[in-house]
Amino acid sequence: MNSIQQRRQEYRSLFKQNVAKRLLVDKAVKIIVFTCVIVAIIPLGSILVEVFKNGITAISIEFLTETPGSIGSGEGGIGPAIQGTLIIIGLSSLIGVPIGVMSGIFLSEYGDNTLARFVRFFNDVFMEFPSIILGIFAFLIIVLVLGHFSVWAGAFALSLIMFPIVARTTEESLKMVPMTYREAGTALGLKKWVITFRIVISAAKSGMVTGIMLSVSRIGGETAPLIMTILGSSQFFSSLDTPMDALPLRIWRLSLLPYDSAQLQGWGAALVLIMIILGINLGIKYYFMNKKNGFFGQLIKQRRNVTK
Amino acid sequence: MTALTTNPTSMEAHPFASPEPSSTIDTKYKMIAENVTVSYGGIDAVKNVTMKFKEKSVTALIGPSGCGKTTFLRCLNRMHDMTKNAKVTGKVLIDNTDLYSKEIDPIYHRRKVGMVFQKPNPFPTMSIYDNVTAGLRLNGVRDKKILDEIVEDSLKMAYLWDEVKNDLKKSAIELSGGQQQRLCIARALAIQPEVLLMDEPASALDPIATQKIEETITELKNDYTIIIVTHNMQQAIRVSDYTGFMYLGDLIEFRETKKLFTDPKNELTAKYVQGHFG
Repeated sequence: MNSIQQRRQEYRSLFKQNVAKRLLVDKAVKIIVFTCVIVAIIPLGSILVEVFKNGITAISIEFLTETPGSIGSGEGGIGPAIQGTLIIIGLSSLIGVPIGVMSGIFLSEYGDNTLARFVRFFNDVFMEFPSIILGIFAFLIIVLVLGHFSVWAGAFALSLIMFPIVARTTEESLKMVPMTYREAGTALGLKKWVITFRIVISAAKSGMVTGIMLSVSRIGGETAPLIMTILGSSQFFSSLDTPMDALPLRIWRLSLLPYDSAQLQGWGAALVLIMIILGINLGIKYYFMNKKNGFFGQLIKQRRNVTK
Repeated sequence: MTALTTNPTSMEAHPFASPEPSSTIDTKYKMIAENVTVSYGGIDAVKNVTMKFKEKSVTALIGPSGCGKTTFLRCLNRMHDMTKNAKVTGKVLIDNTDLYSKEIDPIYHRRKVGMVFQKPNPFPTMSIYDNVTAGLRLNGVRDKKILDEIVEDSLKMAYLWDEVKNDLKKSAIELSGGQQQRLCIARALAIQPEVLLMDEPASALDPIATQKIEETITELKNDYTIIIVTHNMQQAIRVSDYTGFMYLGDLIEFRETKKLFTDPKNELTAKYVQGHFG
C-alpha cells in the first residue's frame, strides 16, 4: 500500500519536472505551424497581387464585352471568352453534378458491396487523371466522330473531370450525417429513398455544395481538355455544335503572343477568370449559409447558443 | 387468439415467456417475440428469447450493460435490417402477423410501432412542427388541418406543448436535451403507433425531465403497449407493470414488476435487483 503511494508521488513529480520542456515544445510547434502557413500563403498572395496589379489596367467596359481585335493591335476584348466560360461551366455542371451526386448517394447509402468498392476505387483513380487525357478521350469519341470541334465535346470532357470530385465529396458529406437520423427515419416507417433525399441530404447540403464548388473551380481553369474539344474562337457563341472561346484558352493564346498589349490583355483575362470563380463560390456559399438550414449552419448556431 | 397461445413444450422451454402463466388463454397479447436470437458475426447477443407483451401495459427490460436489452428491443421493429452482420432468427408477432415473414414489407409494420432512442435525435434541419409531422408528411399526408391537430395532440401527449406552442417554427436543435427527447416522443406518437418502444429514453436527462417523461409513459399506457429498456431499476418500478431481467443475452426472469422486485425467483435476478452487481 505504502509503495503504491510512493510510486504515485514519483509520477506526480515526473509530471512537474518537465513542464518547462513541454511548454517549449508547445511554443515550437506553434511557430512551425505558423511559418508553414506563411510559406504557403506568400506565393498564393503574390500571384493574386500580380494578377490584380497587371490585370486591372487592361479592364474596361469594351474589354469585357467586345470580340478580340486584330492580333497585336491591343484593341478589342474578351467578351466571347467570358460568355464561353460561363456556358461551358453551366453545361458541364448540368451533366457532371447530377451524375456525381447520384454516384455519391450510391456510394454512401447503398455502398456496402463489391460493386461500390470497385466504383470507389476507380472513382479515386479517375480523380487523379491528367485532364489532357480526358480531353484526348473526348476528342476521339466526339470530335473525330462528328468531324468538327464542338461545345458538346468540351462539356463532356469537363464533366468527366467534375463528376469524380462531386461523387467523392458527396459521399464524404453524406457519411458525416449521424446514423441516428437514418434510424429515426426508419423507425417512422419511411422508405429508404425518402430518408436519403428528405432527411440525410438536407443535413449534408452544405458539404455537398462545397464539393460542387470545388469541382466548378477546377473545371473553370482547365485549359488542356478545351484545346482538344472547343478549340477557341473569336466570335460570340453561336451553337453547341461549333467551336467556342473560353477564358483559359484566351489567356493561353494571349500569353503566347510577343506583343506587350496582348500580354496585358492576358493578365486582364486572368483577373476576370479569378473573379468569376470567386464570385460563383462566394455567391452560392452565402446563399446556403444564409438560409441557416444547412446542417453546419445549425451546428454553428447551436454552439453559439451554448456559449452564450 | 388460439393461434397465439404457445404449445406446452415451448412453454416449458421458456418458463418466463409470459408474465402471468396462469391466465394465458384470456389475456390479449399485442406483441409476441418467439425464440428470438440475434447474432453479430456469429456471436449471439440475444439467445432464444420468448416474451409476450400484453396490450396496454408497460413492460420494462432491465439488466447490466451488454446484456442484449437494446438489441432485443431493436428486433421488435426490424431495426437490425440496417445493421450489417446482424442476423435475426425467430418470430416477432404483432397482432398475429410475423414481422420477419418474407411476404411482409417491414415499412407497414414499423408504422404500427413507434420508437424512441437513447439519445434525442430530432431531424436537425427541420422545425419543431416539421419534426413532429415528418413521419406523416414524408408518407404523403398533406392536409394542413389534420397535421395541425396531430402536432398539438402529440406535443400535448409528450408534455411539450406548453413550452413550444408559440414557437413551432423554431429549429428543433435549439431545444434543450430534455425537450428534444420529448419532441422525439411526440414525433414517434404522431404516426399513431400502437406499440411504443423506448430505448433508455431518460438516460441523458436530468431528474425533472425524467419525471416528465415518466409521467408521459404512465399517461400513454391507457392507449399504447409500451416496452421500455432502462438501466434505472427505480424507473422500472415506477413506470412498468411487467419487468424482464436479461443477463448475457438470456431472458432470466419475466414477471409482474412488483413480484420481480420483491420476490425474485432466480438467484441472479435477486442479486441484480438488490444491487449486488450491475
